[in-house]
Amino acid sequence: MSTKQISGSEILLKSLVDQGVDTIFGYPGGAVLPIYDAMFQQNQIRHILVRQEAGAVHAAEGFARSTGKAGVVLVTSGPGATNAVTGLADAFMDSIPVVCLTGQVPTHLIGNDAFQEADTSGITRPCTKHNYLVKDVNDLARVVQEAFYVAQSGRPGPVVIDLPKDVLMAMSTYTTPEKKLKHRSYQPQVRGDHALIKQAVKLMASAKRPVFYCGGGVINSGPTASRRLTQLVRDTGFPITLTLMGLGAYPASDKQFLGMLGMHGTYEANLAMHGCDVMIAVGARFDDRITGKISEFAPNAKIIHIDIDPSSINKNVEVDIGIVGDCASVLGDMQKLWDATPNKPSKKSLNAWWEQIAIWQARECLRYKQEGDVIKPQYAIERLYEHTKKRKDVFITTEVGQHQMWAAQFFHFDKPNHWMTSGGLGTMGYGLPAAMGVQVAHPDALVVDIAGEASILMNIQEMSTIAQYRLPVKAFILNNEYMGMVRQWQELLHGGRYSESYMESLPDFVKLAESFGAVGLRATKADEVDDVIKEMIAIDKPVLADILVDKTENCFPMIPSGSAHNEMLLGPEDEAEKQISEEGMVLV
Amino acid sequence: MSDQTERKHTIAVLVDNEPGVLARVIGLFSGRGYNIESLTVAPVDTDDNLSRINIVTSGTPMIIEQIKAQLSRLVPVHQIKDLTVDGPSVERELALVKVKGKGEKRVESLRIADIFRAQVIDSSNDSFVFEVVGSTDKLNAFIDLMKPLGLVDVSRTGVVAIARGAKGIRSKKK
Repeated sequence: MSTKQISGSEILLKSLVDQGVDTIFGYPGGAVLPIYDAMFQQNQIRHILVRQEAGAVHAAEGFARSTGKAGVVLVTSGPGATNAVTGLADAFMDSIPVVCLTGQVPTHLIGNDAFQEADTSGITRPCTKHNYLVKDVNDLARVVQEAFYVAQSGRPGPVVIDLPKDVLMAMSTYTTPEKKLKHRSYQPQVRGDHALIKQAVKLMASAKRPVFYCGGGVINSGPTASRRLTQLVRDTGFPITLTLMGLGAYPASDKQFLGMLGMHGTYEANLAMHGCDVMIAVGARFDDRITGKISEFAPNAKIIHIDIDPSSINKNVEVDIGIVGDCASVLGDMQKLWDATPNKPSKKSLNAWWEQIAIWQARECLRYKQEGDVIKPQYAIERLYEHTKKRKDVFITTEVGQHQMWAAQFFHFDKPNHWMTSGGLGTMGYGLPAAMGVQVAHPDALVVDIAGEASILMNIQEMSTIAQYRLPVKAFILNNEYMGMVRQWQELLHGGRYSESYMESLPDFVKLAESFGAVGLRATKADEVDDVIKEMIAIDKPVLADILVDKTENCFPMIPSGSAHNEMLLGPEDEAEKQISEEGMVLV
Repeated sequence: MSDQTERKHTIAVLVDNEPGVLARVIGLFSGRGYNIESLTVAPVDTDDNLSRINIVTSGTPMIIEQIKAQLSRLVPVHQIKDLTVDGPSVERELALVKVKGKGEKRVESLRIADIFRAQVIDSSNDSFVFEVVGSTDKLNAFIDLMKPLGLVDVSRTGVVAIARGAKGIRSKKK
C-alpha cells in the first residue's frame, strides 16, 4: 500500500494507465485544468487535441471499434460535456465502449448555476450505459476501474465519469487495483443456456430454408466470434446476411453471403429473410431499419436469437428461442453440438433453397448504369474498392446518408473491425473524426472516410486536428450538392418538394483542404475517378477528394418505410408502380 | 400474434442505495414510455447499502418482459422480482386521510373508519386524520366513502409488496 499523497488528477492518470490507456481524445477547459497540468508532467498517455468535443467522442469511437479497446475522452464541464452528448448517444446506440471524463464545477458550487456548470450526470443518464459523479477523491480509483469494466463487459457502451475540480485537486493515495474486478451487481451472463442451445441446434438441423442474420454484436464480441460464426455458417451451408453494423463479421467475398439486409439491403437478403423457415439471429437487434413492417416480418420463420443483452430479446420481434450470452461463447457451443448432430438438413432441401436464392440474385438488385461523363456514386465506391482491395490494412468510416448506404453495398469487408459507421443514431459528422481516431490507432493503415458533402461539413473543423498530428486520413466525398437521402425521401414521399435539402454556397473542397495543409483533389468526369483514387492513396498526407457525382441518383434497392421485406423498390422503374402508404410516411 | 392484454404487475427491485438510482429507474420508465401507477422506495439494508423499489406498472406480457430486462440492465440493480407472476405475494398500502365535518357526518366518518379498521391519529373539534392500511382497492373504497363526509386531503404511500413464504428476494440469483 502506497502512502504517498498525490492529487486526484494524478490518481486519475495512474488509474487510466493501469487500465491500459495510452491515448485520450480531448479538449481542455477551466474545470479540467488540473488534469491537463498532471498530463503535462507525464509521458505515458498521449493526448490528441480535437477542435470540438463531438469530434473527440467520435474519434474515441473510431479508436475503439478498430482496436476492440475502450476509447477515452476528456472534456471540460458545461459546454464541453454537452458537446460530447451526441457522441455519447451515438456510442450508446451502437454499443461502443467509450469512457468519457467530464470536468465539473467544484462540489460546493454544484447546483448553484456556476460558470460552465451543467448537470452532466443528469443530461447523460439516458444516453450512457452508466455514469458516475465522483464526490470524494478516495472513490476515484475504484470508479475509474469500475467504469472501464462496465464500458467493456456485457453489451459495451459509453460511461461518463463526472469530476468536480476540487476532487481533482484533493490529495489521497493510490494503489494499483487487483486485475479482476468483481462487480457488486453488474455481472452479465456470458455463457448461454445449454438446453436452449441444444434446442436451437435441433431446430437448425430441421431447417429447409434457413438464414443467418447477424449484426454488430458479433463484432463487439471480438474476432473469435467472427471466426466461429464463419466456421459454423460454412459447416451448415446456410446463407447469411449481415446488418449495417455487422459488415465484416463474415467475409463479404464468400459465396454464402447474401449481402446486407434491411431498408437498403439486397433483394436476395431481404427475400431470404421473408421466406425463411428458420432464422438464426446473432448479435442483432431487429431494428426497424431491418424488419420493415413488423407484422409482416418473416411470417413463416421460427426464430433463434442470440444476444448478450436480455432486453434485446423479444423487444421488437417475438422469438422462439432466445439465448442470452456472448456470441463467441454461444457460437462455440453451437458448433460442438452441430458437429455431433447426426441428422443435418439434406443437401437436396438446401439446394432448393439456394436455387430460389439464385433466382433472386439474378435480379442484380445493385445494378446501375455508368454511362457518359457523369460519375455515378456507386461507380466511385466500386473503383475505390478495386484500388484498395489488395491491401490488408484498409479501414473505412462513413458519414450518414446515401453515400453510407452505397459504401455498405459496394465496399466489401472480409474482416471485422475495419468498417465504422454510425448505425443506430445516424449521426452526420461521424465519419471524419472517427477516421481520425482509427488513424491514431493504426498510423500506417489506409483510413478512408467515405463522405457526403453535407455530412462532412458537420465536423470539418477536425481537419485541423488531422493536420496537427499529420494523420494521413483520406476523405472521399461523394458530392451531389444535396442532402442526398433527404432529397431522395422528398422525391419519393413528398411530391418532389425539395425543401431545404439543397446545399448552396458549398466550400471549394480543394481550397479548403489546402487551407488545412492537406491535399485537395477533384474528379468531375467518370474517367478521372481512377486517377484521383490512385493519387489519393499515394499521397502520404491528409486528402479531401471531391468527387462530383450524379446529383439526383437515388439509393436502391429500398424497402419504403412501413412496407415489408417482399415489397422492395428495385429501382426508379418501380417507383411509379408502388406508391408509399400514408402509414409509412409517418415513420422515419 | 402475442398476448395483447394489459395486466397490472408489481415489480420489486433491489438497488444500491446511491444518489441518482431512483432517477435511473424513473428515467427508464419515462424514456421508454412505460406506465408507473405507483412507486415506493426506501433503504432496506444498511449493512449492504441497499434500497428496495416497488413499482406497480401495467402492460402486455411482452412489455412487462421488456421492463424487467431493461431494469436488469441498469448497473446498480441487484435483483428484480415480478411479484405478480413469480408466485404468491402480499401487497399493502397506507393512507392518511383528513376529513372535516361536524355532527352526523363526523360520527358517520368514525363509523366507517371502524369498519375499515382505520385508526384516528389526529383529531380536532371539526376534523379527523385517519390512518388506513390495506390493499389499493380497500384504500380507494375508504376514500370514496369519505368524499361526501368532508374529505380534505389524502396522502398515500404507494404499494409495498413482498413474496409469501420463506424465500427472500436475494435467495437464488436469477
